[in-house]
Amino acid sequence: MPANPFNGFTDFGVGIGLRVPHYQHILAEKPVVSWFEIISENYMIDGGRPLRVLDQILDRYRVVQHGVSMYFGSPEPPNREHLKKLKTLVKRTQTPWLTDHLCWGSVDGTYSHDLLPMPYTFEAARHTAQKIREVRDFLEIPIAVENVSSYAEFHVSEMTEWEFLTEVVELADCGILLDVNNVYVSSRNHNFNPLDYVNGVPAERVAQIHIAGHSKFEKYILDTHDHPVIDPVWKLYSRAIERTGRTATLLEWDDKIPSFEEVHNEALKANQFVADMAVTS
Amino acid sequence: MKLLEIQHRMLDAVMQPLTNDEQMQPRTRDGKSMHDVAAEFIKPNDRLSSFERLEIYNRQYWFRVLASLDEDFRGLRAIIGPRRFEALCKAYLIECPSESFTLRNLGSRLEWWLRSHPEHLQPRAGLALDMVRLEWAEIEAFDGAAEPVLVPGDVLASDPDPRFRLQPYLQLLSFHYAVDDLLVAIRKDDSDSEMASNAVSERGKRARLRKVARQKPQAIFLVVHRVDDSIYFKRIEPQAFKFLKALREGKSLSIAVTQAFEGQDIQDNKLLTTVQGWFENWSNLGWFCTPNSTDQDFIPASGRQS
Repeated sequence: MPANPFNGFTDFGVGIGLRVPHYQHILAEKPVVSWFEIISENYMIDGGRPLRVLDQILDRYRVVQHGVSMYFGSPEPPNREHLKKLKTLVKRTQTPWLTDHLCWGSVDGTYSHDLLPMPYTFEAARHTAQKIREVRDFLEIPIAVENVSSYAEFHVSEMTEWEFLTEVVELADCGILLDVNNVYVSSRNHNFNPLDYVNGVPAERVAQIHIAGHSKFEKYILDTHDHPVIDPVWKLYSRAIERTGRTATLLEWDDKIPSFEEVHNEALKANQFVADMAVTS
Repeated sequence: MKLLEIQHRMLDAVMQPLTNDEQMQPRTRDGKSMHDVAAEFIKPNDRLSSFERLEIYNRQYWFRVLASLDEDFRGLRAIIGPRRFEALCKAYLIECPSESFTLRNLGSRLEWWLRSHPEHLQPRAGLALDMVRLEWAEIEAFDGAAEPVLVPGDVLASDPDPRFRLQPYLQLLSFHYAVDDLLVAIRKDDSDSEMASNAVSERGKRARLRKVARQKPQAIFLVVHRVDDSIYFKRIEPQAFKFLKALREGKSLSIAVTQAFEGQDIQDNKLLTTVQGWFENWSNLGWFCTPNSTDQDFIPASGRQS
C-alpha cells in the first residue's frame, strides 16, 4: 500500500534529506532524486538564500516537509504564529503530507529544542491526539507522527511505546512516520525486541519510513544521523515494508555529512529490499 | 504523576546547568538530591540509573544551545575569549531560555541582556556590544523579507516629495568601533586555522588577540545588506546614515534631507549631487522597495493631511 490517505495517496519511492552542504551539487548537477525531505523550520523564514534555494529545488523535485518543533505532546496549545508560518510554507512546497515527532519539548513557552520522550499513558495519548487534530485542521493536509529515539522511560507508563503510538494515531486518525533506526536505538536502550515494535504498529497507517545511522556508546546508543545504516536496521526496514508494502522512504544524514553521491547511494540501497520483497511475495 | 508534572520536572532538570566537567548537577536548584528527583519519575535499567538517563538529555540540551550561540557569535567569542564566552552564554541562557520554536532566535535578547550584565564584557564592553549588535544584524539580514525593488525615479515623477520604503532585510547600524573589519578578520583567522597545524593555529590566536587589543574607538555607520543572497557590510557617511534612518521611519524625502544635513552649511547643488549619488548607488543595490498597499506610512506625502 504505497499510497494511503496519510501520505496524500502518493507513491514517492526513496528520497534523501535536503541539506546545506549539498545545495551547490544539486543545483548544478540536477541529479535524479525521487524526492527530498526538508526540515520545515529551516524555511519558516521571510526571505533570503534558504527560500531562494528551496524555490529552485521545488521547480525540479518533489518535496515533503518534516518538522522538529511542533511538540504534539507539549502541554500548551499549538502556537498560532508557528502554525501560520508553517501553513505559508505548506502552500509554497505543496507538500502532500507533513510529519513531525511524537514527543514534547516545551513547557509554558520555554523551549528545550530537543525531542523529549512521552510517558506512555492514556492521558498523554488523548492530549497528544487532540493537538495533532488541531494542527491538521489548521494546516488542512495529512499528518504523520514519527517515533523518536529515547534514552529514558517513565514509571507512570501504562503501555509499550508501539501501543502508545497506535493509541495516539488511532485517536487522532493520523499517519505514522515509522523511523526504523529510532526503533532500533530505543530497543537497545530499553531492552525490547525491535521486531515486536515493527510488527505492532498499524501498517495501514504508515505514511513514510525513515532510515538512518547512529552512534554506540558504552551504555547506550545515541541517534546521531552521522553514519550509514547498519544491517540490523536494514532488517527492520525489510520487515516493515513486508507489512506496509512499498512505502516512501527517506535516509536522514545530519552530521559529518558526506558527499551527495554517498548519501544518495546509501538511501538507494532501500530499493534492493523493495525488489527482494517483490520477488518473495 | 500527571503528564504536566512530569514535563515540568524533566524540563527543570534538563535546563539546569551542567557541572564544570559537563555532568548533571547532584542537586536541584532548590537543594534536593537530583538522584532522588530523577528516580521519582524515570525508570533505571540494567546499565543506567535514573540520574544517568536524565543526564543524557541534560547534556544534549546544553551542548545544543551552546553550540548554537557559538556559531552565531564568533566575533564576540573572539573578543572576550572562549572561556568567558561560554560562561556568558550559560548565564544568558539561564536568565533567557529559548522562547522560540527555532534556534535561529536564541540570541535575540543577548544584546539586551548584556547591557544589564556588562561584567561579562569588561574591559572591552563597548567593542563587545558593538560586535553583538553586528552579529545579530547579520542574522536578521540573512533571512529577512525582500520586497519587489522600486525604481526611485518612477516615484519622483509622480510625487515631488515621496516617502521611500527600504527593504525589510536592510539593517542600519552605528558603531563606536570598526567591528565590520574586525569580524571579517576573525572569520578569516577561523577559516585559516581550520586548515592549519596546531602551531600555526596558536600563532593565529595570538595575532587575533593583538587585533582585538589594537581596536581604538572609531565611529562608523554601516548597512548590513544582501546581494544575491550573500551578506555584505557597506560603510556609509554619517549624513547618509541619518538620511536612511529618516526614510525608514517613514519621513518624506524633504524631511529626510533636512535631517541628514541639519546644522551643515552645504550648497544646494552639492546637496543635490550628493543625494542623487546615494539614490543611484542604493537603487543599484536594490535597497528601495514598493510600499505595502496597506501601509499608511507610505502614502505619498503630498497626498497626506498634515
